[in-house]
Amino acid sequence: MASYPAGYKYTKDHEWVELSGDRGKVGITDYAQQQLGDVVYVELPEVGAKLRQGQSFGTIESVKAVSELYAPVSGEVVDVNTALKDKPEAVNADPHGSWMIAVRLTNAGESDALLDASQYQDLVK
Amino acid sequence: MEQATEAPLKKTPLNARHRASGAKMVPFGGWDMPVEYSGIVAEHMAVRTRAGLFDVSHMGQIEIAGNDALAAVQRISSNDASKLAVGQAQYSGLLTEQGTFIDDLLVYRLAPAHFLLVVNASHIPKDYAWIAEQIKPAGDAVAVDASSRYALLALQGPAALDVLQPLTGVELAGMKYYWFANGEVASVRATISRTGYTGEDGFEIFVPPQSADRVWQAILESGKAADVIPAGLGARDTLRLEAAMRLHGNDIDETTTALEADLSWIVGWKKDDFIGAAALREQKANGVTRKIAGFEVLDRGIARQGYDAYVGDAKVGVVTSGTQTPFLKKAIGMAYLPAEHTAAGTEFDVDIRGRRTRARVVPMPFYKRPK
Repeated sequence: MASYPAGYKYTKDHEWVELSGDRGKVGITDYAQQQLGDVVYVELPEVGAKLRQGQSFGTIESVKAVSELYAPVSGEVVDVNTALKDKPEAVNADPHGSWMIAVRLTNAGESDALLDASQYQDLVK
Repeated sequence: MEQATEAPLKKTPLNARHRASGAKMVPFGGWDMPVEYSGIVAEHMAVRTRAGLFDVSHMGQIEIAGNDALAAVQRISSNDASKLAVGQAQYSGLLTEQGTFIDDLLVYRLAPAHFLLVVNASHIPKDYAWIAEQIKPAGDAVAVDASSRYALLALQGPAALDVLQPLTGVELAGMKYYWFANGEVASVRATISRTGYTGEDGFEIFVPPQSADRVWQAILESGKAADVIPAGLGARDTLRLEAAMRLHGNDIDETTTALEADLSWIVGWKKDDFIGAAALREQKANGVTRKIAGFEVLDRGIARQGYDAYVGDAKVGVVTSGTQTPFLKKAIGMAYLPAEHTAAGTEFDVDIRGRRTRARVVPMPFYKRPK
């Protein structure tokens, strides 16, 4: 069984966010990458993009299908993991280490409503 | 009438094996089928470089027998079955009067007056009803839906022959492409056919359902040294697309004719008559206005089924199949385009979720196995 880092928060759409002060790094969960299968493209926003919680911030494509990526928290994109452009398969190999975007939170309180690791584990089991 | 509730998914004789092996299962054409085992890319590459084993027992089998069986097959099947020797198979279409596809199929000549048709899983009842009705004028011939009598395994890839040969007395090296023989595999009565849906050398093996698991296990055991792995419908789809094999429901259906699908070679033009002949002869004389074309995406992105094709601002066609192919490592696909836009090298745009993306027509197949 996959292990979900205890320090992350999770969404029902299968994204995670690792919060640190007013910053959050965002990726997709092990469950999500398993459902997608082999990832071949990750399309991410530009630095400076402003996201609302639940808004699409990009797309992820596997051989089989394309899925939207949804922002777990509101914020401004301050960094983008451009390495995923050339190595999208990293999302399959290391989903919880393959962050996609880093955001500066604009509404710190909203992360309280996200799932913790054990709640998320219950959701996908 | 639409059914109010969905029927339970049908299971192949290998369903328990797939589940025990950890395959990811999905509903497909009314069946509970493995979409992938170790991953589409790994399975695709295994078939291109070694071999993969597929359960395709969901496919349907319809037999036609009787003194006038040949005439019956000639009426409902577009290709010319009179060219088939006993022990030979051909690809063909089950066409409407308009020359469009009710289904596509393989026609096997089991005996001079006994044929086996292999049809798509989701169309078995529809195909059977159509065939049973349409062969009546042919005289002494009956059609039987024999689907439940067969399990069907496909061993595909350059190592297929070496993996299968130790399990059977049938001499495989001498079997030509699109020929078949009766014999046994792992001491199980089997019909072995040198056919497939991957663009690779390989065999399709018809066995009694109760023995399917035994044959499945024996092939994997024999293929252990060559690293032969089980493969699912996901890789089957990317493999067939690289080989430019049409998929009914995507690339061909009841709105597209055999000529528009660029499948003139499965039309028996010299036959007296068959369902769809008049429409196809007329279309051949007048020329088609649209035709299927293979393409590569030039920019980043995957052009998937249903995406629109544009020339300038005009919507001119639609993508029928498209993926990122694991072996060629390109986004490729098939689309119906105006006939004048189907020459290799012609460029057009695909609307990929609101973004116009350049694509170029290329010759099909995209992949051809080394001889």
